[in-house]
Parts: sequence; structure tokens; C-alpha cells
Amino acid sequence: MVKPPDPVIELAGIARSFGAVQALRGVDLTLYSGEVHALVGENGAGKSTLVKILAGIHRPDAGIIKIDGQEVELHNPVQSRQAGIAVIHQEPTLFPDLNVAENVFMGRHPRDRFGRVDWKRMYQEVERLFASLDVRLNVYTPVQGLSVADQQLVEIAKALSLNSRVLIMDEPTAALSAHEVQQLFAIARQLRERGVAILFVSHRLEEIFELADRVTVLRDGMRVATAPVAELTTQQIIRQMVGRELEMLYPKSEVEAGEVVLDVRGLTRKGVFEDISFQVRRGEIVGFAGLVGAGRTEVARVIFGIDRADAGEIRINGKQVQISSPKTAMKQGIAYVPEDRHQHGLIMDFSIVRNMTLPILRQTSMLGLVDQRREREVARNYSARLQVRSSGIDQLVRALSGGNQQKVVLAKWLITNPSVLILDEPTRGIDVGSKAEVHRIISTLARDGLAIILISSDLPEVLAMADRVLVMHEGRITAEFTHADVDQEKVMFAATGQTNDHYQ
Amino acid sequence: MTTTSEHVQEAATPSRRGANRLVVLISRVRELGLLVVLLLIVIVVGVLVPQFLTVSNMVQILLSISILAIVAIGETLVILTRNVDLSVGSIVGFAAFVAANLFKQQPGTSLLFGILLGCALGLVLGVINGLIVTWGRVPSIVATLGTLYAYRGLDFIYAGGNQVSASDVPDSFLSLATAPLLGVPLLIWFAALLAIIFGYWLHASRTGRQLYAIGSNPDAAHLIGIRSNLLVFITFAISGLLCGFAGVLWGARFATVDATAATGLELQVIAAVVVGGVNIFGGSGEILGAILGVLVLGTIDNSLSFLRVSQFWLQAIDGAAILVAVALDAFITRWVQRLLITGRKR
Amino acid sequence: MKLASNLLSSWWWEALLIVLLVLTAILGNALSPYFLTPFNLALMVESMMEIAIMALPMTLIIIVGEIDLSVASTLGLASVIMGITWSAGIPLWLDIVIALAVGAVAGLFNGLLVTRLGLPSLVVTLGTLALYRGLAYVILGSQAVSNFPGSYTTFGIGYIPGTLIPWTLLLFIFLALLCVVVLHRSWIGRQLYAIGNNKEAARFAGIWVNRLKLLLFVLSGLLSALAGVVFTARISSARADNALGFELLVITVVLLGGINIFGGRGTLIGVILALFVVGGLRNALGLANISGDIQNTVIGTLLVLSVLGPNIAQRIQGALSRRRLAARSTQSKTG
Repeated sequence: MVKPPDPVIELAGIARSFGAVQALRGVDLTLYSGEVHALVGENGAGKSTLVKILAGIHRPDAGIIKIDGQEVELHNPVQSRQAGIAVIHQEPTLFPDLNVAENVFMGRHPRDRFGRVDWKRMYQEVERLFASLDVRLNVYTPVQGLSVADQQLVEIAKALSLNSRVLIMDEPTAALSAHEVQQLFAIARQLRERGVAILFVSHRLEEIFELADRVTVLRDGMRVATAPVAELTTQQIIRQMVGRELEMLYPKSEVEAGEVVLDVRGLTRKGVFEDISFQVRRGEIVGFAGLVGAGRTEVARVIFGIDRADAGEIRINGKQVQISSPKTAMKQGIAYVPEDRHQHGLIMDFSIVRNMTLPILRQTSMLGLVDQRREREVARNYSARLQVRSSGIDQLVRALSGGNQQKVVLAKWLITNPSVLILDEPTRGIDVGSKAEVHRIISTLARDGLAIILISSDLPEVLAMADRVLVMHEGRITAEFTHADVDQEKVMFAATGQTNDHYQ
Repeated sequence: MTTTSEHVQEAATPSRRGANRLVVLISRVRELGLLVVLLLIVIVVGVLVPQFLTVSNMVQILLSISILAIVAIGETLVILTRNVDLSVGSIVGFAAFVAANLFKQQPGTSLLFGILLGCALGLVLGVINGLIVTWGRVPSIVATLGTLYAYRGLDFIYAGGNQVSASDVPDSFLSLATAPLLGVPLLIWFAALLAIIFGYWLHASRTGRQLYAIGSNPDAAHLIGIRSNLLVFITFAISGLLCGFAGVLWGARFATVDATAATGLELQVIAAVVVGGVNIFGGSGEILGAILGVLVLGTIDNSLSFLRVSQFWLQAIDGAAILVAVALDAFITRWVQRLLITGRKR
Repeated sequence: MKLASNLLSSWWWEALLIVLLVLTAILGNALSPYFLTPFNLALMVESMMEIAIMALPMTLIIIVGEIDLSVASTLGLASVIMGITWSAGIPLWLDIVIALAVGAVAGLFNGLLVTRLGLPSLVVTLGTLALYRGLAYVILGSQAVSNFPGSYTTFGIGYIPGTLIPWTLLLFIFLALLCVVVLHRSWIGRQLYAIGNNKEAARFAGIWVNRLKLLLFVLSGLLSALAGVVFTARISSARADNALGFELLVITVVLLGGINIFGGRGTLIGVILALFVVGGLRNALGLANISGDIQNTVIGTLLVLSVLGPNIAQRIQGALSRRRLAARSTQSKTG
């Protein structure tokens, strides 16, 4: 390497917050043409926010973006595209009814000299694009039928056809098979040869070592390290990712675990997770750690009756049960606080009281009529117990802060008097203060005898709260630790699918 | 590792091209299916009742569906963008009366002027629809439900209880529909030409293709900078314009026109368009399909009288056709999805 | 004071409708001295009852995010069933039962196609709109059955003896009370609103989304058939084209009543108010010899304005508050 190429993108001091949550604090990043630059960090470290800022979806609160040395403002996705940036988001933004070729060229169809869309040239062009990537894809198929991997290829072809100089891939391998990942990497290397700068956001460290030239580690919204991949070991990267002082979030009270409440054996859902077996006792908190796409939420959904398993048994208090719907799960005493409180957890335009009493409407009704006094009493009760800060139980939950919204969801499920409580990312997107309160509540619940499953990507949380930690990776349980012998690196290790030979 | 050139060659080999074409064909299943159904009906009825198969009857069928076909073109454009225009019947009726009345009151008016007047009226009404939906952000089903009533009422106010009958208007006006050009009535020429023009435009212009994008994934369309509001506005304007034109032709064809003309047309059009494979949620469908849908329903209508089936079965059969078409759609989509997923797994 | 302003902000649509109702009364009185007479009001109410009965389940269906275009056709079908069963000598009460059963089955068919096959309700009920009306034509053709017994027709157009309260109004009040209680006070109603607002969250809370939707479609068919029984009694004639085109008017009333077309919002109180606004307007204009279709123009314009108005108001409010914020920030910068 003689003289390093000029930077394509320079980010300086980028900051962005959402409400009370500071997603990015003064991040600097430089991308050179012809490099694959990996961006790593835990869930919530700020990677997605950074990507969205480059994509023109969010505007930074502070900081400068320079492209080719010129300061630019990316007000919207169109400007970002015009600046030469192409982004492949986690969710593909394609047109399902239209075919591959048209998706690549929508809005920019090639035209013949009469101004008509030149379909033949368009198909040829897209075929040529794919051929240049050594990819076989039928350009005539409607995108709807394509696998996620193929949809990504379409997005890449789109980027190529735009002569993008920067390609950002946001967790592209989450849903890909090993073979498809190799295909993607081959293409990435080709693009690198052509001088495209690639920003590769990923959790999977083995992939980073395989593909990337340099890596930047984000942690809690800050850039903590940037270095050539060759100079780092897995352990070093992991240490940077989690390296904060472990704050004692909330001292976990020692609870005498009781009898087994939930017993899962051999639970399998084809293509999603396989042979999941574990037990949860009264008063026990079992933590489920792992990366996005490891299959934790999918297991929870099956236990709660939203999806069906292909094989395996679920036993409650020793008795085998068939859980075919959320209602039957509830009857068995299972409650599920979902990952996405906006989509699944709450009805945003309902008040606090109405959200809280939703699962128990029949029980709070007499002769079919909702006993409003009783439901309000219950709502006030739980609102106080969980310290939900609001202007009253009639306030719409939309107006609450993330932390208080989460407490409403918790309350809603506690009201059903469950014996098994499954928490899926209960402190995601909420401020530190509320986090502590939620942890306090969870501890109290365990002390009161609930069997708790805690699915979380927040390692300190899992480490502090869980009596046992199960780690999942690509649909399987890869490790189990007790509270005493768990540490962040071991978990991260198992979560990224490392085998023991790599561990230093 | 195969080289790039080999891959390109592979893509172009006959078997590969054949596979490509098969995929294109599958996506045209609906149009093919309709054609098959059409042929089946024609053959079966023709065998049972030979008089059905005469050229004059075929012309009769085409005549009976031409006006609906013209309206269906505009409605298809609107539905492609994930909207709906319920006011088409009222616009057609209004334009019909205005045109017929014009020729009644001023028999010397040039045909061209009459057509332009009807079109202008339709355009204005369509523009109003477009503004309410795009600028006013009123959901199109609500907006055009309201204008369905509003426009019909304006028609009534304008008509003042009067009626225009065949004897009131000059023959030149009536001939607009029936005058033969190369043996085929003008009305059919109009419908065919408009269908071809708009069908081609949808296929061959960037703007036409963007309509599909808007209906298929409105957020993604916005993300890549498509000017959805403007385009949706234009589709409503075009729909109005075509309805205006269809209205003039309605006046010419039916001659007896009052303010109730074309009542209920909107449901007929939407039914035909849905049968024709246009997805009610937008993003897919062809003008050809819509026209075939209109044709199939019209042929069924026509054959009923030959089969000595009472006209009273008409609506029931139309209704059943819609249900069958939509249910079939759902099944085929699900079946294809399953095929694709299992194919991928291999 | 806070309670009053809170009340106003959540019931502002209904308050608007009350204002409209008052305006309608004033307009009606101005157009004709007969408008506010008890006799006219009774007549007016009587003529709206079928639409009123159909508007009840339609409200529930739109709240959960679906739609039923086949209501008027089911009414026609039920009317025809009344006709042929009566002509076949079957006792009246049994005729009514059969007609209601047919309506329920018609609704069940709609509901199964929507919930089991997952087909869009707009298209399904468009098809059954044609199918059911078509079946009515097939059964009765262009004939009419008019020789219904006096007791039946008296129910349709008669009043409670000694008053000017139509029997059919009594029926509607009963049904309306039931629906208001169910929608606004019962757990089913709460679940309906939940489904309309966020189907997935409702499912996650253990609500049987599909079962409820199926139930609503059956209810819609049943009540449309009931409306058919009422209609036939009122005009004393069973015909295949009874209530032709009424479905759009029913939907207009429901939307005008403040029910959001996308589901999850609106009250039955609003729908009932809108019923009287629409009924009153039509009656008032009718007394002034304005034809039915021009009446519909007013209704249609009202419908559009009812959604357009608030949208524009919101835009203005938004623009104003943005300007205020900008002014405040420049103030703080310079101040």
C-alpha cells in the first residue's frame, strides 16, 4: 500500500438522540474507496442510527458529513442516493408485484429514442449486472417470490446501476444460509475491486474477519475503536464491544427456586429453531442471550401460542399442554411481553387503563358489561405498583415515555396473574432510570414466585438479573451458564457461534 | 469457477430463455385464464345456440361493453395506485345528459365541440376528486363516495327533471356510437383505441410504471422519490376525462337520457376490473385484463338471452363470477408462494 | 372547566353533529312550516328505520376495519323470501323467521370468505351485493307480493296507539340500545375497538379476531334481513328491487357519524346523530320539493367536508404551531 486513497465519506462529531435516549454521541468515521469497513457493536450501540443518518432517513442533531471532502446535508433518501450512497436495509424496500429488473430500475427505466421504456435493454442491463457479479437470478420473476438473499441481490444490483460509490449493508447476513453468505461476500469483494466503499454492519465476528479490511466498534453511541481487522483478535473486539464497567443495575435478591413450572422438551420449528429444551422454576429468572435472528423470540412465540411448533413438548406444572393460541396460553398461566411494544404490545390510541385491562376484559365484566370501577381500580393499583408516570390512567399510552409504556405492558400481563412470564427485550429503547425500575420490578416478581424468562440483548442486564443464562445461536442453544460463572465475553462468544479453538 | 462470459451465455441459451418466458407466462395467468373462459363460453353457447355465433351478435356484445370498457380503463389506473373512484357512474351520467342536452338545444353544434364539452366536464370533476384525495388527504373511498352523490345531484339540478330522447337529437350525434367504420361501429373503435393507447402507455412509459410502484409499496415509492401525490392526482383526472368521454358516447348510444343515466355503473366497473385480475389493493393488473373482465361479464350477459335463461340470473351470475375470480386469485397466489418457497429450499 | 373541555375534545365530532342537527331543524323549519310538526317528524323517522337498522352492524364492521356492501341486497333477498313464503301460505311469524335465517346465512357466507379464505371484504361483499340481489331477482323476478295481512303492514307504517311513535322506531331503539351497550360498555365492544386499532396487538392479548369478525358479518346479514322485514311491511310490498342502492347511503351515514373508514374510531352515538341529520335533511329538502338526488348531493358534500374539514383544520393548526415555535426560538436567540 503506497498512499492511502482519499476518503469518500467523513463523519465528524455525529450526534443524535430520540427523546430521552442518546443514540449517538459524537461519532467520527471515515470510509475510503475500495475498502470493506465493518461496523460492530451490541444491540443498541447506535449502528442502525448511524446507517439511517447516512441513508438520509434521520438528520443528525450535531456533526458534519463530508463526501469527497465537500460538506453535505442529507435531508432525505433521495439526496443520499444522489450523493452516491446506496443502503441495503434489514427490511428490503422493493416492490413485490414488480419483477426484478423493474425493481432495479424503477423511476429510471432506460428509454429508447422515442422515449418509451426499453424493456429489452433493461432486462439485458440487469442480466449484465448480475452476470458481472457471477450471480444467476431470473430477472423476470416478481420480487414477491424471492428469498431474502435474492432480494438483497436485487438491492445490490440497484446500487450498482446507480453507480453508487458507497454501499451500506445493514446486517445483511441475518437471514442468509451459509452458501448465500459466501455468494454475498464474493460480490462484496468484486465491488471492492471496483473501488466501492462498503460499510458492513454485522454482529457476526467470523464474517468480519473473513471480509472486512477495517473495523469500527461502537458502544453506547460512541466510537471506541477503529483498526485494521488484521491487528485485532476476536477477544479484543468483543472486549471493546462490551467493555464498560459493569454497573450494578439492580442487585438481584437471592431467591430459593421452587418446583419446575415450565418444561420445554425438544421444541422444534423447521427452519427457525431446533431441539430447544429447558426448564424454568418458580422464582427463577432464566436469561436468553443471543444475537438478532438467533431464534429467541421465535421460541417465545411458540410457547405463547402465536406460532405452532413442528415437534416437541411443553409441560406446565408437570402436565403436557397443547398451546394453540394466545388465549390457551393465557389459560395455562403464560404471559408474553413482546419485543415490539408499538406493534404487538400496546394499542397506542388506547388509554392506560384500557390497555392494561385488555387481556382480562371478560374477568372484569359482569353480565357482559365492563365493570369500569373495578377496571379503573385495578389499573390504578398496578399503575402505582409499577410507578407508571402519567397524567392519569386515562392518558393515551402514545403520550407516555418509552419506559412508562413498557411498564404499562408489564402491568397488563401481570394483571392476568401468570405463573410464567416471558419478557422479550423489556428494556429496549427506554432510559436508564426506567430500566432500573423495570429491573426492580422483575426481581420482585421473581421473589413473589413467578417463573421468568428474560430474553435480552443487553448483556449487563442478563448477567445481573438471570439465575441461569442460556445462549442461542442460529436456532440452537449453544451454552448454559449459571449466575456465578457467567461473564459477558463467554456469552458473546457463544452467541457469535465461536468454537473453542478460537477462544484465546 | 465459471467466468463471467460463460454466465452471460448461459443466460441466453434457449432453455434458459424458455424458463424466463415461462415465468412471464405464469404472471399472465389471469389474462390467459380469462381468454380461456371467454372462448369456452363462446364455444359452449355457440354449440348450444348457433345464432349466438353470428358476426352481428359478436358486434352486439362489443357494442354493449364498449362504454364500460372505457370507464374501466380510468378505474384501472386509479385502482393500480391503491385508490378507488366510486364517482364514475355519476360523472358518466352527468356528461351524458350535458352532451345529449346540448345537441337537443343546439342541433347545429359540431360533434367535436360536444365531445370536448363532455370531456371537459369529466376532467373538471375528476380534478376535484384528485384534489380532495391528494391535497385534502381524504381516503379515496370516502371522497368518491361523497362525490358520487354530489355529482349526481348536480346532474339532477342541471337536468331539472327533463329528459332527452332519440327524436330530440340530430342523427349525427347518434351516429357517433353506431356509425360503421370498416364495418365496425365507431363506439367499438373508440374503446379499442383507448384501451390500446392506455395499455401501451402503462407498459411503455416511466410514469405508467410508477403507478404500479405507488400501489405496490407506497413507502418505497416515496423513498425513491416518486411524486406519488401528483401521479395519483393525474389518475383521478384521467379517470374523470375518460368518464366524460364515455358519457358523451352514452348519450349517443342510448339516446334517451335523463339524470338517472349510468346509475350503479361504478359497482359494475369495479366488479369487471376485479374479475380482470386488477388487484383491489393496487400494484398489479393490466388494462388488457380489465377489458377482458368487462368482455367476459358482457359475454355472459349476452349469452343468457340466447340460452333462454331469464335476464334475472344476470346479477347473480355476475356476483358469482367476482367471488370465483377473487377466490381463485387467492388460491393461485398461495399455491405459487408455496411452490417458490419449496423450490428455494431445494 | 377542565372536565368540560376534556369532554368536548373527545366528543367534538358528536358535538358538531348536534350543531348540524340543530341547523337542519332550523333549515327545515325555514323551508316548510310542516317540518317540525309531529306528524311529519313521525313520517320522517319511519322512512329512515331500515337504513338505521342496517347502520348498526355496519358501524361495528367498519370499526374492526372491514366493510359490508351487501346489506341492501340482503335486505332485498329477505324481502323476496317474505313474499314467497307468504304466498306459499306459511304463517307470517314463520316467514319472518325464515327470512332472518336466510339473512344470517348470507352474512355467514360473507364472513367465512373474509375470515377463512382471507379475501378482502370490499371485494367479497361487492360480489355478494350482486349475488344476493341477483338471487332475489331469480326468485321473484319483477313481480311483487302485496297481499300481506293488516297486522303486518300496520307494524310497518303504524304508530303506537295514541301516539305518533312508529312501531318500527321502537324496534330500532331496542336494537340501538343493545348495540350501544355492547359497543360502548361491554367487553366485546372493547375488543372490537382493539381489533380496529391494532389487529396484531389484539391477537397478542388473546382476542379471537377472526371469530369476532365472523360474528359481525352474521349479525350484519341478520339485521339486514330484519330491515327487509320492516321495509316490506312499510311499503306493503315484497319486491326484488327493494332498497336498491341503499348500501352506499348506509355507509355514508356511518362515515358521517364519525366512524373512521380505517377502523378503530368513532361512536354509535355519532352514527345515530348522523342518521337524524341525514334523515332530517332529506325530509326537509323533500318538503321543499327538492328531489331525492339533489338531497343526496347535500349529503355527499357533507360527507366529504366532514373529513376534509378536520384535515384542513389540522394542517392550519400544525402550520400555526410551527410558526409559533419558530418565532419563539428566534425570540430567544435575539432576546
